[in-house]
Amino acid sequence: MIIAEWKPISEIVEKLKGHKKVLVAGCATCVAECAAGGEREVETLAPLLRMAMEKEGNSIEVVTATLERQCEPEFVEPLAAKLIGVDAVVSLACGIGIQCLAEIFEDTPVYPGVNTTSLAIREEPGVWGVRCEACGACVLGETFGLCPVARCAKSLMNGPCGGTRENGACEVNAEVPCIWLKIFERAQARGKVDELLRFQGTKNWSNSRHGGQKRVVREDLRT
Amino acid sequence: MNRKAGSRLEKVLASGRFAVTAEIGPPRGPNADVIVEKAKILKGVADAYNITDNQTAVVRMSSIAASRILLDQGLEPLMQMVCRDRNRIAMQSDLLGASALGLKNILCLSGDHQKASAGGKLKGHPGAKNVFDIDSIQLISVVRGMRDEAVQDSGDSIDAPTPFFIGAAWTPLAPPREFRVHRLAKKVAAGADFIQTQAIYDVAAFAEAMARAVDMGLTEKTAILGGIILPRSAGMLKYMNRSVPGVVVPDAMIQRMEKSKDPAKEGRQIFLELIEGVRAIPGIKGVHLQAIEAEHLLPDLIRDAGLLPRPAVD
Repeated sequence: MIIAEWKPISEIVEKLKGHKKVLVAGCATCVAECAAGGEREVETLAPLLRMAMEKEGNSIEVVTATLERQCEPEFVEPLAAKLIGVDAVVSLACGIGIQCLAEIFEDTPVYPGVNTTSLAIREEPGVWGVRCEACGACVLGETFGLCPVARCAKSLMNGPCGGTRENGACEVNAEVPCIWLKIFERAQARGKVDELLRFQGTKNWSNSRHGGQKRVVREDLRT
Repeated sequence: MNRKAGSRLEKVLASGRFAVTAEIGPPRGPNADVIVEKAKILKGVADAYNITDNQTAVVRMSSIAASRILLDQGLEPLMQMVCRDRNRIAMQSDLLGASALGLKNILCLSGDHQKASAGGKLKGHPGAKNVFDIDSIQLISVVRGMRDEAVQDSGDSIDAPTPFFIGAAWTPLAPPREFRVHRLAKKVAAGADFIQTQAIYDVAAFAEAMARAVDMGLTEKTAILGGIILPRSAGMLKYMNRSVPGVVVPDAMIQRMEKSKDPAKEGRQIFLELIEGVRAIPGIKGVHLQAIEAEHLLPDLIRDAGLLPRPAVD
């Protein structure tokens, strides 16, 4: 899922100065799963924002809405009714949802209430860990289902750097395993260490943001 | 014999003589005199001198510029190049420039991560964007392509090859230990002419790793130089054992330093013993010696190790 994390309230308050009526918009998918922008977080943030603005001497009315999916226009358009009189939106969706709102309601400023940080999995309750960088050239078939692009701090393609700690953790983040150690262990368990000895040449990054603004066109689906 | 680069380091190794490399960290400023001063102290004690590339992700004078300053002093630089800060376009461009400036040795490294490294009084740049467009093994392969085939990574030609003697690092004792020799093999297959290892304190464990490298025929294809860092205190050894991945310091060595009334002298003695121990390991072709923030101690130590004078080469 897409992971987002709350911005400091002070940063949002700064943006809302001068506004009178604000909609806090959540999304019931990824950001709800990672407890950053679902209905619960929207209803938690709304009164906090109201109080923080009050303290700044800038009273605002705060209304709330949590869309099933903030990244799909058909789910976003019905929000129009709720936007009457609203002069700013704080979106707790991922960067995609925030921009979807901003595109559909062009005249209303939409401010991010969260920072979108990663494509991750829930590893245990309250802990999420990155799994994908959307690099556009998936190597999971060569790396036993463990992604070195996202999970190695240096995105190494040919095995671990010298920074694997004695306990198997990465030197950059002691809380995560050296993913190349895990890849090696999985290869070993399957009797396929030989496959890791093959040289992986320079990677083609052009099917990701490095190739310019990504746009996917499927002629068979166009109308 | 046909030389790949014609560097002094290459010639010493090719002649079968035991090689010595040392390290010079470029200054955190634009003052060339800092390197000139270090060059005066270290001239003649090593066959080549590693010039680090923003090690620990702290901004320092560029490794290419510092290498050229060293060359002008009559010392042979070994330019380090890390994959953290430049993409393949910048790296190949810098390789052309380095070659034009007369640099002949390169050490290809992944590089310290900008978040994990800078410590102590220095902030570093933990908020920097890293690059890691290519990894160290791919870099070896790119440099070899430029040297042997006069081509860039893309296949585009360059108008003349860049004669580099290509080096890489090896951390034999980091987990997964069984895989480390295979990673070494990948580096050798990619084109590493020589290898400098992570600091060795556990000679017996290193000898085991070397035995595997010998068995796999790697020491026939590449020249392995054992890395040795001067122990300066028990605290330093404990720190390295605990915090530097791949560095294993035997308890007995730490205790020896702790008990010593003169740890500086004890450290020098251990350093000499390490050189002797590493030198005796079958397949070892030289040593890479470092005295961190105490480079001035190296000349006497290298002399005491019986490694002076350095051989003359044609």
